[in-house]
Amino acid sequence: MTDIPWLTLAIALPALGGLGVALLPRERAELAKRVTLGTTLAVLVLVAAMATAFTPGGERLQFTEVHPWIPRFGVSYAVGVDGIALLLILMSAVLVPLVVLAAWRENDDADDRGKGYFALILVLEAMMIGVFAATDVFLFYVFFEAMLIPVYFMIGRYGRGPDRRRAAVKFLLYSLLGGLLMLVAVIGVYVYGGTFLWSDLVGAEGGLAGLDTGTARWLFLGFFIAFAIKAPMWPLHTWLPTAAGSSRPGTAVLLVGVLDKVGTYGMLRYCLEMFPAAAAWFVWPVVVLSLVSIVYGAVLAIGQSDMLRLVAFTSVSHFGFITLGIFAMTSQGQSGAALYMVNHGFATGALFLVVGFLIARRGSAAIADYQGVQKAAPVLAGVFLVAGLGGLALPGLSPFVSEFLVFIGTFSVLPVPAVIAAVGVVLAALYILWMYQRTMTGPLPEEHRGFTDLSGREVWAVGPLIALIVLFGVYPQPLLDAIAPAVEETMVRLDATDPAPALGGADLSADGQEGETE
Amino acid sequence: MTAATSPVSAAVLAAPTITDTPPDIDYWLLAPMLVVFAAGVVAVLFEAFVPRARRRATQLTLALAALASAFVLTVLQVGSLPEGEAGTTVAFGSVAVDRVGLFLQGTILVLAFVSLLLIAENRRGESAFAAQAAAVPGSEEERGHVLAGSQHTEVYPLVLFAVLGMQLFPVSNDFLTMFIALEVMSLPLYLLCGLARRRRLFSQEAAVKYFLLGAFSSAFFLFGIALVYGYAGAVNFADVAAAVEAGGSPMFDGGGEPLLLIGIALVGVGLLFKVGAVPFHNWKPDVYQGAPTPITALMASCTLVAAFGALLRVFYTAFGGSVEAWRPMLWTVAILTMVLAAVVAVTQRDIKRLLAYSSVVHAGFVLTAVVAASPEGLAGAMFYLAAYGFTTIGAFAVVTLVRTHETGPEAGELAQWAGLGRTSPMLAGALALFLLAFAGIPLTSGFIGKFAVFEAAMAAGATPLVVVGVLSSAVTAYFYVRIIVLMFFSEPAESAPRVLPAGLLTGSAIAAGVVATVVLGVFPTPVLDHLVPQPGEERSEPAVATADGFTR
Repeated sequence: MTDIPWLTLAIALPALGGLGVALLPRERAELAKRVTLGTTLAVLVLVAAMATAFTPGGERLQFTEVHPWIPRFGVSYAVGVDGIALLLILMSAVLVPLVVLAAWRENDDADDRGKGYFALILVLEAMMIGVFAATDVFLFYVFFEAMLIPVYFMIGRYGRGPDRRRAAVKFLLYSLLGGLLMLVAVIGVYVYGGTFLWSDLVGAEGGLAGLDTGTARWLFLGFFIAFAIKAPMWPLHTWLPTAAGSSRPGTAVLLVGVLDKVGTYGMLRYCLEMFPAAAAWFVWPVVVLSLVSIVYGAVLAIGQSDMLRLVAFTSVSHFGFITLGIFAMTSQGQSGAALYMVNHGFATGALFLVVGFLIARRGSAAIADYQGVQKAAPVLAGVFLVAGLGGLALPGLSPFVSEFLVFIGTFSVLPVPAVIAAVGVVLAALYILWMYQRTMTGPLPEEHRGFTDLSGREVWAVGPLIALIVLFGVYPQPLLDAIAPAVEETMVRLDATDPAPALGGADLSADGQEGETE
Repeated sequence: MTAATSPVSAAVLAAPTITDTPPDIDYWLLAPMLVVFAAGVVAVLFEAFVPRARRRATQLTLALAALASAFVLTVLQVGSLPEGEAGTTVAFGSVAVDRVGLFLQGTILVLAFVSLLLIAENRRGESAFAAQAAAVPGSEEERGHVLAGSQHTEVYPLVLFAVLGMQLFPVSNDFLTMFIALEVMSLPLYLLCGLARRRRLFSQEAAVKYFLLGAFSSAFFLFGIALVYGYAGAVNFADVAAAVEAGGSPMFDGGGEPLLLIGIALVGVGLLFKVGAVPFHNWKPDVYQGAPTPITALMASCTLVAAFGALLRVFYTAFGGSVEAWRPMLWTVAILTMVLAAVVAVTQRDIKRLLAYSSVVHAGFVLTAVVAASPEGLAGAMFYLAAYGFTTIGAFAVVTLVRTHETGPEAGELAQWAGLGRTSPMLAGALALFLLAFAGIPLTSGFIGKFAVFEAAMAAGATPLVVVGVLSSAVTAYFYVRIIVLMFFSEPAESAPRVLPAGLLTGSAIAAGVVATVVLGVFPTPVLDHLVPQPGEERSEPAVATADGFTR
């Protein structure tokens, strides 16, 4: 291992940056933006450097640091990453500077000219990295709950539209309720497991190994409900469309692209590994809820007239795929789900950013307010199309690989649910293409003549995402290599084995290759 | 204790004989209380002899110095406690000097110090207290006093005496001392409640209400003591505990259970009233609203600590042997407190009433730790009280600054607070921090406190109580968050309140609240480690001390 405290640096850097930006005087808003962008880029470089030092197939948790924090409760400041956590941290580090870039002018009319918004973004980035890096259940919980506060202010203070106050409160209360139920489970983990250190809790020798069935199921539920609210899963999803619809698009990117991933990540890392038996018992209910989410989210997305809400509902559908993959309990399913988290962050992030560019031009997110944009702004329309096609998992773009893996992993054990889930794919084509058709194609109305195409700043904000979507669509192997060891270990914990290879090879990498060649 | 032949002889046996020898009291162990007491007496003399113009400054200096030196003495006593022992008793076993008691006393002194800063706040000769309390509200006489700039500096000795009572309350080691402490603590508070400068009728109503209900609850408490004495033949906690643990009354040849149970219930009523738990909470909203806000801050922090300290001591030591008898009662009270108060708080429109109901809910959270009846419960409750005390003083300090207009009364109506985050971001930010701490958001002291009490409760098998607790936390979060929404996300109201500049005294109180809320939330270890003897320090004489850090 290395001696550089990578993760601590990656958490501390944006936190200090946020503090610095917050302390700048109100008149220095321009400087605040530059400091923010600089900090987020520095974080990206730091995290990327860390990623190169990561050894896929090495120890499960790398870059680990453990320092006692509150010894009386057995709480430590313990961080470390496996491949999945690393990818999610990387994804966050990529998304944040792009969001800053995209939001450059968004808040110029706010009374502090957006200074507070940028400070909040930096604080949120620190917490996002912290929540994925935490290997102490208590520390995870601290980040999990604390990150609600910056988002709450980002929606309530800097959001859009008259409903933003209600949306912010709804978001906070929903999340807090889930979080508090999880607090009971967190306390339960300590009371029964005797420690908060994740690595000491899991496994056959871990502190939670001897848990009796009933207790394990209750604790599982405590965690699961919190994660299902976060993810969000039907019927606990209702906060998301409201929140996303009232957010600045940049906020929506972080909310849906990163924060919601904490839910699915938590299921994979905490629900499954700490309570494997209980998780196996809950497979069917979760699969049913996932299917409802997939179909329901897609159907409602079709009916939306607001683009931000539409993208939010597509995410409900996509999160259904992720949970389906996780609870299929096969290595393909879980690898697919983990990969899906990363790809979804990029694809949905791009979609939200493009919608944001549209809003910046016309001040509205309503589909009805746009027509024939392609003629006035071909680059914008092209980017919108690629991002949308990523969302509907077109082969050649990265979400396809993950969706395909989820299908393979599910079909081999749960054929009927897999078939039902396929409905979601068909509906995805409908909602994306129909939205594209209504907004981008057709004649350009007279009053849209002045519609400008993407500026250089905007291209820089969304371009990297498009590049990543294409790159990982063609060559997902590095991501899968990072994910595979973590998934394998989860499978061992679950005592689950992949079914007999009906597809010619249960080997994960082989499937990944198959995914893109088909 | 041997089985007595008749009640009379047992009573005679148990009676202390103090007539023969001169009292031998280790005054050093009582020094923190004696300092405050002496300062109170001197302060009364100051009222008589110091010229009016210099009185306030003299009184304030004396009071702050007394509280500070009492705190230093308390800390010194912690250091001089014998290694490996919980503590000792003094004055014929009527006062316990142990780590728990000293921690609570220290907490009370620090909180009282901060509250005193608020109490002393004085803007252009105008304090929070009535110019002349005896003048009829609205009368010519009152106006005359206001114009003359009269001030009630009697407030300072009253506060000192109240603090003395609070110090004694959680360290009393027999029921009679505890009753005296209760009265010493309460009487000055009744008076102080009625001294508000503005809305004087409200204030006087609050005082009368508090006094009547308080006297009523004291009567319950006293009656309970009588019954417990009837059962145990003693008022000393150690003797009561011995009788309880022996499983029967020495007065009734091993029977008398009903006497004990009713006694526990009545003593419990008296203590739960001071704590403000449902169904004995009705005084809180009215009194908190009517009292001068600095006094509300004092009551919401110090009185709560003292009352819980006494509750913990009585139930953990004197009644420690009959946990199974009182646990269901406290379970019920805790659940009622958390649920009812949280629901009622949602409908409140006045900031002080809201904070009062919130204080009731928090009392419910602390009760979950009391129910645990374990060292963890004790430590959790104490941490919670300390953390909550600082936060709540800070919150009330903010309330004192938000006025309807420059020279007007406090803007209690929540609706008036709209947009405060835009006009006074620092002040609103501080209040938002306090509210988030109340809501138990991580990285604030409120979260660590909540974790501590819930963890203790769950370890003691009270999981349903914890579930009720978190659900009620979610409800409380709703109204805390609503205030933040009002302040930060709403446009300033038409009748925008006027925010006074904080000034040195109030500013320090708010700053103390902010610092304590953040530090206890991020680095709670130093405080937590002091609360419970480390495993190595376990005492070896179970006869003198219970397993949870108290001395009997």
